[in-house]
Amino acid sequence: MSSQPLVEVKHLKQYFPIRTGFFGTTPLKAVDDISFHVDEGETLGLVGESGCGKTTAGRTLLHLYKPTAGEIYYDGNLITEKNIKNYRKEMQIVFQDPYSSLDPRMTVADIIGEPLDIHHLYSSKEERKGRIRELMDLVGLNSEQANRYAHEFSGGQRQRIGIARALAVDPRFIVCDEPVSALDVSIQAQIINTFEDLQKKLNIAYLFIAHDLLVVRHMSNRIAVMYLGRIVETADADEVSDHPLHPYTVSLMSAVPVPDPKLARSRQRIPLEGDVPSPLHMPSGCSFRTRCRYATEKCAQERPELKEVSPGHYAACHII
Amino acid sequence: MTERLLEVRDLYTSFFTDAGEVKAVNGLSFNLDEGEVLGIVGESGSGKSVTAYSIMRILTDPGIIKSGKILYKGQDIVSIPDKEMRKIRGAKISIIFQDPMTSLNPTYTIGNQIEEAILLHTNRTKKEARERAIEMLKLVGVNEPEKRVKQYPHELSGGMRQRVMIAMALACEPDILIADEPTTALDVTIQAQILELMQKLQKELGMAIIMITHDLGVIADMCNTIIVMYGGRACERGTADEIFYNPCHEYTKGLMRSIPSVVGKRERLIPISGTPIDQLNLPKGCAFAPRCDNAMRICMEAQPDEILINKDHSAACWMNVKKVYEEEAGKEKA
Repeated sequence: MSSQPLVEVKHLKQYFPIRTGFFGTTPLKAVDDISFHVDEGETLGLVGESGCGKTTAGRTLLHLYKPTAGEIYYDGNLITEKNIKNYRKEMQIVFQDPYSSLDPRMTVADIIGEPLDIHHLYSSKEERKGRIRELMDLVGLNSEQANRYAHEFSGGQRQRIGIARALAVDPRFIVCDEPVSALDVSIQAQIINTFEDLQKKLNIAYLFIAHDLLVVRHMSNRIAVMYLGRIVETADADEVSDHPLHPYTVSLMSAVPVPDPKLARSRQRIPLEGDVPSPLHMPSGCSFRTRCRYATEKCAQERPELKEVSPGHYAACHII
Repeated sequence: MTERLLEVRDLYTSFFTDAGEVKAVNGLSFNLDEGEVLGIVGESGSGKSVTAYSIMRILTDPGIIKSGKILYKGQDIVSIPDKEMRKIRGAKISIIFQDPMTSLNPTYTIGNQIEEAILLHTNRTKKEARERAIEMLKLVGVNEPEKRVKQYPHELSGGMRQRVMIAMALACEPDILIADEPTTALDVTIQAQILELMQKLQKELGMAIIMITHDLGVIADMCNTIIVMYGGRACERGTADEIFYNPCHEYTKGLMRSIPSVVGKRERLIPISGTPIDQLNLPKGCAFAPRCDNAMRICMEAQPDEILINKDHSAACWMNVKKVYEEEAGKEKA
């Protein structure tokens, strides 16, 4: 057993050129120099509000977008555009919307079987069939229904199909991009438990991307908080939730509506003024300073780097 | 004494689709008093939005109110002509919707859209209406309101648009504001801003709010009283504390167990099994019975009536009836 992380991202950047005016383009810095790692069998939660770059980070990590800069390592090996095909089997993704991420013209057996076909993971038709049945059982689907189409299933069941498809190639790492946010509360819990059971059984590592902080806290070992393309704080899941340090995380945590009336009454919200600035016109220095109540001169000039405040707890803020 | 503003009695609303009758609301009754903040919580398909649309009478074809009464200050607004309803809608009872992008007209300035309601329902002149629009925008915390009235919805962020929706809904000082998932499309920090704003306005203007949401956190934060809906009926109702700390319907209990806890140890969630109900084929008995772990034979056969748990709390679950019987039997033995 090595101490080497399973997946490691170093200084990852993802800029999208946006046309501004007739001739020029401006880079939209969706992900701007982030580094993190995910160990074997662990869950790293990635939270942030819409537009903060969490989904882009997950997709770039899998080379679904070509990274603008930065390195991605899997098991210590640098992943490049050329060799990513060899790692597709190891790293998979589950998408948010179980309605649009499944081909309506394919049967469930074909959806789950497609990765098996691509990676030639069977020697006979019988074996393929058996493997599909096994996968459906694993995620809690009735394998008798393998010949049905996606639209015949409910939202929760469709998400299970998406999970079975990701599991088909026996990955060791799955990017879960908002996998439960389209589901009702009662169904959400079913899917969360499925993710947990699979992790225990198969020792899969997750990058769990979501905006629901209660769900992320429940799922993750560690949490990274993103704001405008950068990671502003990262630590153990309970530490981030209970003792947040970065002013943004503090506000974010206090803004989460808690399903507990007494706690809700006693709690003090720390409201944030205004909206997230446009990523096309990022503030100089610390990108959070325009909404930060503690912002000083220094925050406008210098961009704060992540620093270790207490063991394992990193925050990017000048005032901490 | 507080006035009773709204009384919904035995409301049945259905959609007659090609596939059959979708029974969205099945005999819902509730009251709303002056200054009350009532939360209606339920998952998709529980009939909570259709209830709101029924009250506003903005159901789209093929949906109709089959039977039941909706009394606004004692006047039944189900049967009054459209012309009469138009005087109430937007003036006395207003609604804000989930998605502020699709519910604002992209081709009119936001000033025009707020003024429309004012001009329609009051005797104000155009100039006065513009002043009122600016005043409303100021009230809901839109900065530079004089400039904003001339802007179009696409020039505003999601949170700002929702503020405009609220300004529009409150421009004629309604007695009742129906908020249909007002913050679902917004980010957490923006959601907190909007909830804070709604609480502040409620205190200042004193209107009653019906808050419709699937988010138990939002409900806990905002509401004095709560109705939990399942399958188009109220399965449980009571004060916020009663519902959260003493749930008495198996569905509500299940909901509370299936959300991750806020503090303390992370325990495994206990989900509600099964899939959401099929509204085309509602079960004969309790709508929740097919997913209920403790379902008894009677649950499959007959719909339970709501029985009183205490003065602040009632629930429609056969388990409570069983409990009463068992207690009675226990007493007799003793």
